[in-house]
Amino acid sequence: MRHTLAVLVDNKPGVLARVSGLFSRRGFNIESLAVGVTENPEISRMTIVVRGDDRVLAQVTSQLGKLIDVISICDLPSSESVDRELVLIKVSADAITRSEIMQIVDIFRVKIIDVGTETLIIEVTGNQGKLRAIREMLERFGITELVRTGMVAMNRNTKTVNGDDT
Amino acid sequence: MTDATISGAKALIECLHNEGVDTIFGYPGGVLLPLYDELYDADIRHILVRHEQGAAHAADGYARATGKVGVCLATSGPGATNLVTGIANAYMDSVPIVAITGQVPTPLIGNDAFQEADITGITLPITKHNYLIKDVNDLPRIVKEAFFIASTGRPGPVLIDLPKDITTDEIEFKYPETVRLRGYNPDTKVDTDAVKRAASMILQAQRPIIYAGGGVIISNTSSELLKLAETINAPVTTTLLGIGAFPETHPLSLGMLGMHGTRYANYAVQESDLLIAIGARFDDRVTGKIDAFAAQAKIIHIDIDPAEIGKNVRVDLPVIGDARGVLQLLLSHLREKQGKPIARSGAWLGKIDAWKNKYPLQYTPSDTVIKPQYVIKEIHKACPDAIIVTEVGQNQMWAAQYFQYEHPRTFITSGGLGTMGYGFPAAMGAKVACPDRTVIDIAGDGSFQMNSQELATVVKNDIRVIVAILNNGYLGMVRQWQELFFEQRYSHTELTGSVDFVKLAEAYGAIGIRAEKPSEVPSAISEALAADRATIIDFVVDPTENVFPMVPAGAAINEILEQEVTG
Repeated sequence: MRHTLAVLVDNKPGVLARVSGLFSRRGFNIESLAVGVTENPEISRMTIVVRGDDRVLAQVTSQLGKLIDVISICDLPSSESVDRELVLIKVSADAITRSEIMQIVDIFRVKIIDVGTETLIIEVTGNQGKLRAIREMLERFGITELVRTGMVAMNRNTKTVNGDDT
Repeated sequence: MTDATISGAKALIECLHNEGVDTIFGYPGGVLLPLYDELYDADIRHILVRHEQGAAHAADGYARATGKVGVCLATSGPGATNLVTGIANAYMDSVPIVAITGQVPTPLIGNDAFQEADITGITLPITKHNYLIKDVNDLPRIVKEAFFIASTGRPGPVLIDLPKDITTDEIEFKYPETVRLRGYNPDTKVDTDAVKRAASMILQAQRPIIYAGGGVIISNTSSELLKLAETINAPVTTTLLGIGAFPETHPLSLGMLGMHGTRYANYAVQESDLLIAIGARFDDRVTGKIDAFAAQAKIIHIDIDPAEIGKNVRVDLPVIGDARGVLQLLLSHLREKQGKPIARSGAWLGKIDAWKNKYPLQYTPSDTVIKPQYVIKEIHKACPDAIIVTEVGQNQMWAAQYFQYEHPRTFITSGGLGTMGYGFPAAMGAKVACPDRTVIDIAGDGSFQMNSQELATVVKNDIRVIVAILNNGYLGMVRQWQELFFEQRYSHTELTGSVDFVKLAEAYGAIGIRAEKPSEVPSAISEALAADRATIIDFVVDPTENVFPMVPAGAAINEILEQEVTG
């Protein structure tokens, strides 16, 4: 089972190494990890997608909680949160296939951000389902390069992942 | 003092004073020159070890003997990496130490400078937390945090990496009064509901057993444990690190459980219907085959570290919190419900007593060759109040089995990491911390040779420890496994002819005593106890003696190998 964790950490050097090192030495599998600073410049937020049953999730959460630089950990169930990922896809495109690809891009409401004589670069933002769908559509043209940011996620409504010790 | 500035080195000394540090175990080096220059006049006892590993273990032994934070100090590069085993050892056994390492000057970090090692990177997985100081103004805060983190919650080692330029930079010194760490709050509130549920589970149980670990000793909960056991009339077994948490002379004591635990402790666990784990972590040396461990029992797990809950076994009721607070609350709930000791049916304790009588710890005594178990019993007879420190292997198990421990912090051993070479420097640290106590390192000839260089340290600093070497000429525990599981192919485990330990002791200016016959054992011990210097006793013991009972690795803990005993 996949779990999405929002982890608030001190925005300090070495924190990413502490977190990723913990995952590797405890044998937890990270599916993706995205990190960036929050509205508070002292705090960074990691969105970590892990695969495992409830026991694994409990271990991941409590082991992460032991890291001094980790401020809070919040499980984001997909029913109560929204998630997005940005992907850049470089796809082969010649004069014949280009228009067909552009149609797909229109249907998915994504963007072409670079056009070359033999390739296009497409910027896709969306949830995991949309990313999978467009990738499947583009595969037959030949995807020559693909880069993903990793998923970010947020609670719906007023609920926040609050790290302040109030 | 507000106007004047002081160097980072001096500031560090001030910080250590503020933390009440009276002793440091250390070894100087290039980048530590400014700090050592300050230490020259400082009112802190610095004990110069002969290898940095000795410093880390000594700080560890100091901490375990007292509960205070132990401090070790090493230079950059190889000095720092030599601490690594000691830090890992302290991490596995939750021992509060602060390790301070020198580092190359900040502009050189990352340049593969002379004696540079990324010690914060190296120790990331084996410290509770670590720091690289990049600005001298952070130094007081970092030292304050380091001591706070090391000694609170589940204790553990914290490393501070100190670049040379930080020690010479100037700072307006002010020691912070409080610690503010957003991501660390060790004050766990005891969950009252969970404790209430624990109380009712205990009252319902027919065959309860308490399984006490090192956490009981760390949290100074021994007297509450004794009250709990007597209140609920439940037997108590301890882990290796829990030895001393419960008096082994008490009728409810079952001694140690697990691979080399008593048969009655293991049988009791297997037949219990309620296992009350306190400050213990269900290590594989305790549980054996995990699916078969306490299979009939409901499990209450009391621990300060939420990550230990459900890590190895399924737990029916977790109680997160400091063992002492939890047990105090539990006792008051039990008293409310039940004014006097629980009159449980006598069948359970009767069954256990029958096991105790039928399956005592046993070995074959001898008049001609010294049995290692006999040595331990004689040491116990001569000084039952000693602090016993051990190396790792057969010596450790015999020391755990045959010395009857009554008090916490009297048995100091490397449990989790199983570090050969730990005992002697740890004994040195314990003796420095408790100079009025008798401190004895129960050693093997293999383990002792891993840190025997510290003989120079104990002689030079008049640290009067006794090393009792159970010299069987083998890496005995490995030899035992080769005998039992590898068709007696003793591949590279024979150590005979390594060194004459008596001459080795004398070469360092210590006293060396050899005992070759059982009749010489008591006099050798009393001679060592009366000695005016550090002393090694070389007990030449039966090389074929094995540690029993034994649960083979991977077997259930009631699948026990035992030896034939005669005489």
